[in-house]
Amino acid sequence: MSAESALASGQPTPAAVFQAAPLRRATRDPWYVRWTLIGLTLGIVGLLIGVPLASVFAQATAKGLGVYWNNLIANSDTRHAIFLTMIVAPVAVALNVVFGVAAAWSIARFRFRGRGLLITLIDLPFSVSPVVAGLMFVLIFGMQTELGLWLRDHGYQVIFAPPALVLATAFVTFPFVARELIPVLEAVGPDEELAARSLGASGWQLFWWITVPNIKWGLLYGVILCNARAMGEFGAVYVVSGRIEGQTDTMPLRVQKLWEGSDNPAAFALASVLTMLALVTLLLKVLIEPKVRADTEPAGKNADGE
Amino acid sequence: MSGVSRRALPGFGLGLGYTITYLTLLVLIPLAACLVKAASLGPSEFVAAAWTPRAVAAYKLTFGVSFAAAAVNIVLGLIVAWTLVRYEFPGKRLVDALVDVPLALPTAVAGLVYASLYVPNGWIGQFLTPLGIEAAYSRLGIVLVLVFTGFPFVVRTVQPVLEDLDAETEEAASVLGASRWQTFLRVILPTLIPPALTGFALAFARGLGEYGSVIFITSNKIFETEIAPMLIMVRLEEYSYAEAAAIATVLLGISFVLLAAINYLEYRSKRNVG
Repeated sequence: MSAESALASGQPTPAAVFQAAPLRRATRDPWYVRWTLIGLTLGIVGLLIGVPLASVFAQATAKGLGVYWNNLIANSDTRHAIFLTMIVAPVAVALNVVFGVAAAWSIARFRFRGRGLLITLIDLPFSVSPVVAGLMFVLIFGMQTELGLWLRDHGYQVIFAPPALVLATAFVTFPFVARELIPVLEAVGPDEELAARSLGASGWQLFWWITVPNIKWGLLYGVILCNARAMGEFGAVYVVSGRIEGQTDTMPLRVQKLWEGSDNPAAFALASVLTMLALVTLLLKVLIEPKVRADTEPAGKNADGE
Repeated sequence: MSGVSRRALPGFGLGLGYTITYLTLLVLIPLAACLVKAASLGPSEFVAAAWTPRAVAAYKLTFGVSFAAAAVNIVLGLIVAWTLVRYEFPGKRLVDALVDVPLALPTAVAGLVYASLYVPNGWIGQFLTPLGIEAAYSRLGIVLVLVFTGFPFVVRTVQPVLEDLDAETEEAASVLGASRWQTFLRVILPTLIPPALTGFALAFARGLGEYGSVIFITSNKIFETEIAPMLIMVRLEEYSYAEAAAIATVLLGISFVLLAAINYLEYRSKRNVG
């Protein structure tokens, strides 16, 4: 852009000002439309999301903070549910992180036959009902199968035990990390890695010193989304857990059991912990999103005439 | 970007090998196990298991409530997306962030809180009950939680399209004498339909599989408020594994058809925007 044209665009001529006024009106809505739609939006989001969020905390603390705290800490089954979720979710997330990095590396960096099919298959778990996902693992590891009996005889309990919880959770959160990483890795491009390679870096050096720093925000983003879903998963875990009190109840399952037992304050107390987790997740998401976007839309894009 | 030569960068074999192994163990073998189990029934037994009156009622209900909720979300999503893109108002960023809550909030919490809000003495139910509207433990209740769980999809598919829309097209329409309403109907709305349909399909697919939020708010009456995933649970608890797998296979079939439809819609709306 020349200095002259920059000057021209910075200082509109009187004619341009004259023209801009009616055109501006053409893309603006009358005030009553604007205020109606803003009112509707506030109403929709308020009623659908705002009121339920407020209600979780109101009902959790309805009998005072002391009772609230007691509901969370005093019951050993509730404590165990919190503990179990803190074990199952991170293990499932870790499994999917390793997979996500491997999948993104092979899909973003290389071209091969069946690549499109592989991308579709990675998305598959998103379209499987969680209950069906849980059922599939019961059909493989349940006590009605030879495998299930053999595993039990050799001391490995899979179904109705934490291993099945991990499997079911990993299944429903399967695509999260890979989906976030593939576009980031594609946008970053292989130039730095090729340079490192030509300078004699080994494969793992290249991975830890070049690739991981380049994709760190996308990776973190994927981990946060994956973790939120893993901790909150209900249907798949419900099917494989057998819902054994104090043994295979995760936090969401425990919430349901307390509700069934009509212990509403306790159900809402535990639900409030899950809600806070969701809110923290969203806060982190809002904070990290611009960084991920900066990675996927490198500065060079505009120079290319985009 | 095109891929690099397999000799230029290491890790192709390891990466792809691990990817395919993990995918096979965690996704493909379990899916196959379900289909094999269902196939063990034989055609007539399969139909007898998956197409009982109770099962058909469950499919219809699942389909109907998911469709209704997704349709409601088209309207709500268009209003919210339009407002968030076009207007400035206090608290806009907070509202924008709140739209994502249904994606992050565990479904059990959504079910729990919706059930408690809409029971006759709940925060919202107390206003509905005098009007004769029974929201909790009814089909309406199921639609309500599905509207919640599917809410972000239409907003998030329409929003970027609306942002990318050129002001020039609207200005041109106005210069050529179209009223604001005509401009909206004939110029803006047609470009919003493909992304809105994508959002609809995503919300619909999500609704079909939903379980966690629904079991809190349904009365679990056979033929009335029993959705298909609940029927799978019932069969499992009866140890009727093959029957459960047969119903699951029907659900899987519907999901995969929807997945194909979503991919096609996304492909089309991308082509329109690009």
